[in-house]
Amino acid sequence: MRRVAGINAPGRTDLPVLKPFDLKAVTPDGYIFTRWVANLPSWTPAPILLAALLWPLIASAQTGYTVFDAFDALWRWSTFLVWSGFFFNVLISLFAMAIGTVFGAALGLGQISPNPMLRRAAWFFTQLFRNSPWLVILFIVLLAFPFQVTIFGVTIPIPDWMKGVIGLSLPIMANISEVVRGAVQSVPTAQWEAAESLAFSRRQILWQIILPQCYKRMLPPWMNWYAILTMATPLCTLLGIEEVITLSRQAMESEDNHPELLVPFYGFVLILFFAYCYPIARFTIRLEQKYAVKL
Amino acid sequence: MTWTPDQPIVSLTDVRKSFGDLEVLKGVSFDVMKGEVICIIGPSGSGKSTLIRCINGLNDIQAGSITVEGQEVHDPKLDKLELRKKVGMVFQQYNLFPHKTALQNVMMAPVLVLKQDKAEVESRARALLAKVRLQGKEDSYPGELSGGQQQRVAIARSLAMNPDVMLFDEVTAALDPETVKEILVTIRELAEEGMTCMLVTHEMGFAREVADHIYFTDRGVIVEHGPPSTFFSEAKDPRTQEFLGQIL
Repeated sequence: MRRVAGINAPGRTDLPVLKPFDLKAVTPDGYIFTRWVANLPSWTPAPILLAALLWPLIASAQTGYTVFDAFDALWRWSTFLVWSGFFFNVLISLFAMAIGTVFGAALGLGQISPNPMLRRAAWFFTQLFRNSPWLVILFIVLLAFPFQVTIFGVTIPIPDWMKGVIGLSLPIMANISEVVRGAVQSVPTAQWEAAESLAFSRRQILWQIILPQCYKRMLPPWMNWYAILTMATPLCTLLGIEEVITLSRQAMESEDNHPELLVPFYGFVLILFFAYCYPIARFTIRLEQKYAVKL
Repeated sequence: MTWTPDQPIVSLTDVRKSFGDLEVLKGVSFDVMKGEVICIIGPSGSGKSTLIRCINGLNDIQAGSITVEGQEVHDPKLDKLELRKKVGMVFQQYNLFPHKTALQNVMMAPVLVLKQDKAEVESRARALLAKVRLQGKEDSYPGELSGGQQQRVAIARSLAMNPDVMLFDEVTAALDPETVKEILVTIRELAEEGMTCMLVTHEMGFAREVADHIYFTDRGVIVEHGPPSTFFSEAKDPRTQEFLGQIL
């Protein structure tokens, strides 16, 4: 087969990976998390609710704080937790996804550039952020970024939540970069040759012929990463950002930190994430199966 | 050097091409005049497709020279895009753009590469599709067309660029015998209109009928060549005789 620079270079693996010992085991694909979520039964919140009910019962045997007290507290806080807490997580995820997609697409195109220097640099940054622990990246961004920047005499503050967004967008960027590279390379080389023989330039081939064939097959992995990102937003609590976990903890503190509150409050947060991510995961897997057959 | 139509439109001189250690073309030379139809035949793996792909620069060569209208194809300074505007190519696997309709497939290159007026290109594209007997299929996507229909769209797509030379790389090899005929009819019409055509083919009957000159390649060299009137009846080389014996 003929080589198209940057498109079908000889196979180059990511970092070395230990093969699973069980040879018959299914190789985990990029959808492993989303597939797991999508395969959860839709009544998953029920056992969480049950656990939330039972926990205060067990705990109340010692203290006298009843299950009703716990749920009364949760009820009072629930609106606040949803609107000021969970929706802030959603906002963080949307911002991080937007930034990660834009820069990830650029990095992905860099990975298939005909320029070997650019290709190598893009590959390096992709692997760096793809293989670093998200929490480490978050802390580095938090500590390395100034709390404000001054451009042309205008001082722009960078709030902590914005740093959280940037920190989360970096691993997303790296993974979207891989999605773009993979999708472009999955288009048969024959398409490049047909376009080349019609005197299309490389740029035209990429933008007019190859990428339009990729958007559809990039959508499921893109949504997959969005679901993963959303589930990762509670990491921001470690940066002190006032998202749903931070607020839950503060709410429990203001309710005198009764241990009976733990499971109802965190169970509630779990159900919120489930309610948001479950439809996304189901839709992603459906799209993935639909597009998997084609070409 | 300026090229005039009385000189060969395509000229190969001692072309050598290797894939790694494997030398697939071991010094191939021949000339094609304007309006000529030549067929390259030979056993699989004899370098036929490689040869034709070198002519529009899809494959590079290690030694020798290929000129198209007097221009050296493998001159690093040559603008490959300018060359490819003059040389159309049709592939065995059609390679239509699956996300575009038949009409869009034909229109894309003239509009985007040659920057021609869209309305003018569209009327020309519709005429070309009619010429390859695909009226009514303009808005079909490649996935909705049969192999033979896709291949005719591919031919129309190449013709839309108004090339001076058409290369056909085993264009009927992926088709069933009935649809082969529709493709051959189309190519014959092109040949009769005076288009310079170079075909790699296994259709001996067709080669005999339309070709002005037939080249037989084996193991990277041209073993024998001649006009069809003498080529099939008076083959001298034992390799040619053996090959023709198996086919005819």
